[in-house]
Amino acid sequence: MVASERLRRTMMFVPGNNPGLIKDAGIFGADSIMFDLEDAVSLAEKDAARYLVYEALSRFDYGDAELVVRINGLDTPFYQNDIKAMVKAGIDVIRLPKTESAEMVQELENLVASAEQEFGREVGSTHLMAAIESAKGVVNANEIAAASDRMIGIALSAEDYTTDMKTHRYPDGQELLYARNVILHAARAAGIAAFDTVFTNLDDEEGFIRETKLIHQLGFDGKSVINPRQIPLVNQVYQPSQKEIINAQNVIMAIQAAQQKGSGVIAINGQMVDRPVVLRAERVMALAKTNHLVDQEGNNIEE
Amino acid sequence: MKNKVQREIPDEILSQYHDGGFQSVDFGHPTIQRVAPKVLAQTGPSKVVDSIQQVVRDTVRDGMTISFHHHFREGDFVFNMVMREIIDAGYQNLSLAPSSLTNVMNDIVVEAIEKGVVTNITSSGMRGTLGDAISHGALKNPVIFRSHGNRARAIESGEIQIDVAFLGVPNADEMGNANGMDGETAFGSLGYALMDARYADKLVLITDDLKPYPNIPASIQQTEVDYVVKVDKVGDPDKIGSGATRFTKDPKEMQIAKMVNEVIAHSPYFQDGFSFQTGSGGAALAVTRFLRQSMIEKQIKASFALGGITKPTVDLLKEGLVAKIMDVQDFDKGAAFSMRESPNQQEIDASWYADPANKGAMVDKLDVAILSALEIDIDFNVNVMSGSDGVIRGAIGGHQDAATAKLTIISAPLVRGRIATVVPAVTTVITPGDSIDVLVTEIGIAINPKRQDLKEALAKVPGLPIYSIEDLQKRAENLVGRPKPLAFKDRVVALAEYRDGTLIDVIKEVQD
Amino acid sequence: MEIKKTALAGTLESSDVQIMVSQGTNGLEFDLVSDVAKQFGEQIQATIEDVFAAYDIHNAVIKVVDQGALDPVIKSRAITVCQRALDQVDQPRWEVL
Repeated sequence: MVASERLRRTMMFVPGNNPGLIKDAGIFGADSIMFDLEDAVSLAEKDAARYLVYEALSRFDYGDAELVVRINGLDTPFYQNDIKAMVKAGIDVIRLPKTESAEMVQELENLVASAEQEFGREVGSTHLMAAIESAKGVVNANEIAAASDRMIGIALSAEDYTTDMKTHRYPDGQELLYARNVILHAARAAGIAAFDTVFTNLDDEEGFIRETKLIHQLGFDGKSVINPRQIPLVNQVYQPSQKEIINAQNVIMAIQAAQQKGSGVIAINGQMVDRPVVLRAERVMALAKTNHLVDQEGNNIEE
Repeated sequence: MKNKVQREIPDEILSQYHDGGFQSVDFGHPTIQRVAPKVLAQTGPSKVVDSIQQVVRDTVRDGMTISFHHHFREGDFVFNMVMREIIDAGYQNLSLAPSSLTNVMNDIVVEAIEKGVVTNITSSGMRGTLGDAISHGALKNPVIFRSHGNRARAIESGEIQIDVAFLGVPNADEMGNANGMDGETAFGSLGYALMDARYADKLVLITDDLKPYPNIPASIQQTEVDYVVKVDKVGDPDKIGSGATRFTKDPKEMQIAKMVNEVIAHSPYFQDGFSFQTGSGGAALAVTRFLRQSMIEKQIKASFALGGITKPTVDLLKEGLVAKIMDVQDFDKGAAFSMRESPNQQEIDASWYADPANKGAMVDKLDVAILSALEIDIDFNVNVMSGSDGVIRGAIGGHQDAATAKLTIISAPLVRGRIATVVPAVTTVITPGDSIDVLVTEIGIAINPKRQDLKEALAKVPGLPIYSIEDLQKRAENLVGRPKPLAFKDRVVALAEYRDGTLIDVIKEVQD
Repeated sequence: MEIKKTALAGTLESSDVQIMVSQGTNGLEFDLVSDVAKQFGEQIQATIEDVFAAYDIHNAVIKVVDQGALDPVIKSRAITVCQRALDQVDQPRWEVL
């Protein structure tokens, strides 16, 4: 498993054939940037987008962001060339759309591995993620999430999914509740990240925040965003409270105290601290640092 | 000779130039003798004349200096009406001294130059076809670019001696009492035009709305006015200012605006009673919005907002977050109309606003100024005048003047298209780096090394990446590549003055 | 290599470049329109020429309308237009990337 503890609050979608958006994608503080070769690119421009994203990945500076490419599906003529080009470009993660089975992930893995060999990239260095966009995909979410050691996450893609379910999206998100929970459980069981779907109405800030609060509450790692404006809103929702930070700082101090004593037992006020509490504290501190609520050493920032 | 910002000023120009090359941003305390206009006494009963043609015939002579204001901006009809009469009457060798030149004036100025009607120009700036013509050597004598404060200074000192001022106004009475805030073509403050009104030997008001006598409030008073001309229309209200205020949705501009606000809110100047100038443009409006949030959060109120005013600033006044607006021009209808209603929105002239040769100007009390740039170099010198191709396409405006604020922030993207904004050396120095404190780009900020205090204050700010300006320049160059150096001819086509009247740079004829 | 058909790549959006290629007989003939031609015209042309050389194309009429594109964008559009002009859209030349 690639049990990376990297923060993935936001995955920003960037249309793969738009030079203006591609060149600036790195400046908005998205945790992950997803260049889209699939739905955002017309059939006639698939080749152009592939080369554009290739050159951008090779030459532009995207800082610490995790770089993801959504390739075209394996039922398309673009699938294999997309894989080769992105592996050659050194992409961090390839995202497979419309995933419905573990076999689809495994087929992708084989092609990625041979591309890695062809272009002299370390075998295994290209990670994978799967987008689940159908009832079948949801039903098979467990095997998909566990299909490969390269998997870092699975994502719900609600537009296609709701169509498949003969419904559409509603403001309260009831129609997605089952899929969200299934995907979340599959991801957690496999030890990988769970990404929520996009929210397309840019002018409905309130609705966006409501939905982000919901998926935060459920336990998703983060949300897919279609505009940089949505990034600070997500980060705001994912920002830990002052109380959570103080608790986490206490746990971290207790860990340090235990280490100094050479003791394997971590305790606060005589109470033993369980491993889940330690893990949560570490995540809270990571979120607090990235939201600049504490400094890089975990100390409070003086105003 | 090279001046203090390392610009080579040809000796033959410097020797003819009264104030010499740029030395320092510090104006000092010289004693200044101002001039006064000639007055031809009259008692009325009315100054209304039938036509611009008649007034031009009565007032204009070859070789004179004539002036206009630019408060109607792209909706101006007056400039073209007057210049048409002047060109058709065949005058020669006039000096044109408007507060600035907008695009709608370009074609007729080019025609006036071609026909020898205009042989000298001083202005805040110019763009489009006129900038292009000047940069290609159309005018025999170099254009002189002056900031708004410097124009006021030059008028008071007599360096610009206005023979006839033609001022369009949205209203006036038969004796010439007029303001900028009433009527269909209201633009708000008459700030720049008030200098012309006080110092021109002959003052001609042109209006489409004759009001019953006496017309108040009278920003321009009848004591200064020689003629009032009634015309059909002085301007197009839709093009005078932007109508509804639109906040930028450009994520890059938002990013910059957010960081500008962070810099202000964490600076030592962000205290109750601080003052600021934000200017216009999408990013500036967004700054105002973020600043409002910071002021509410930290319970800080501003004593005044200065300069060109927009609706969002007026909203701060109404909310009580800003106590006074000191208003030299209004960029939109919201700001223009509010001047009429709000006793705390004070019309100020260009001298009061920004003139250094003064017993104290508003900019001297200014804490925070947010300004733009076409280019900024590793010495923090700013160019707002010439494009990356060397062609004139900008205006000094109040840039040099407001930059004397205690905290001057340049807000600009690192690159625009394939053109770097942060460069090794600007094409034309307009505002010296000595008066610039912080550069804010979408990827982070750079602090003038002279401001160690700011460096310390801003070092602790979360989410505000600080770079050296050299780093930012290199990052820009890595993106766009290194441009081929521009080729210029030897001939000087324009002079850029600093606000004290010294020469800060010259602009040469471009080579194509 | 011979140009098989006239091809076009890129758009007229800001930060993009549109390149049109058709058959030629007289080397690489450039027609470049760009607001930054003065400063970057030679670099734009050099980037495109390098790609054409990699595709072994020595005769072509190349019309370029640049909207302030950065170099990686220009290179990617040049690759796209070559693949299209050679009728090889489905067979990328990996060594050129």
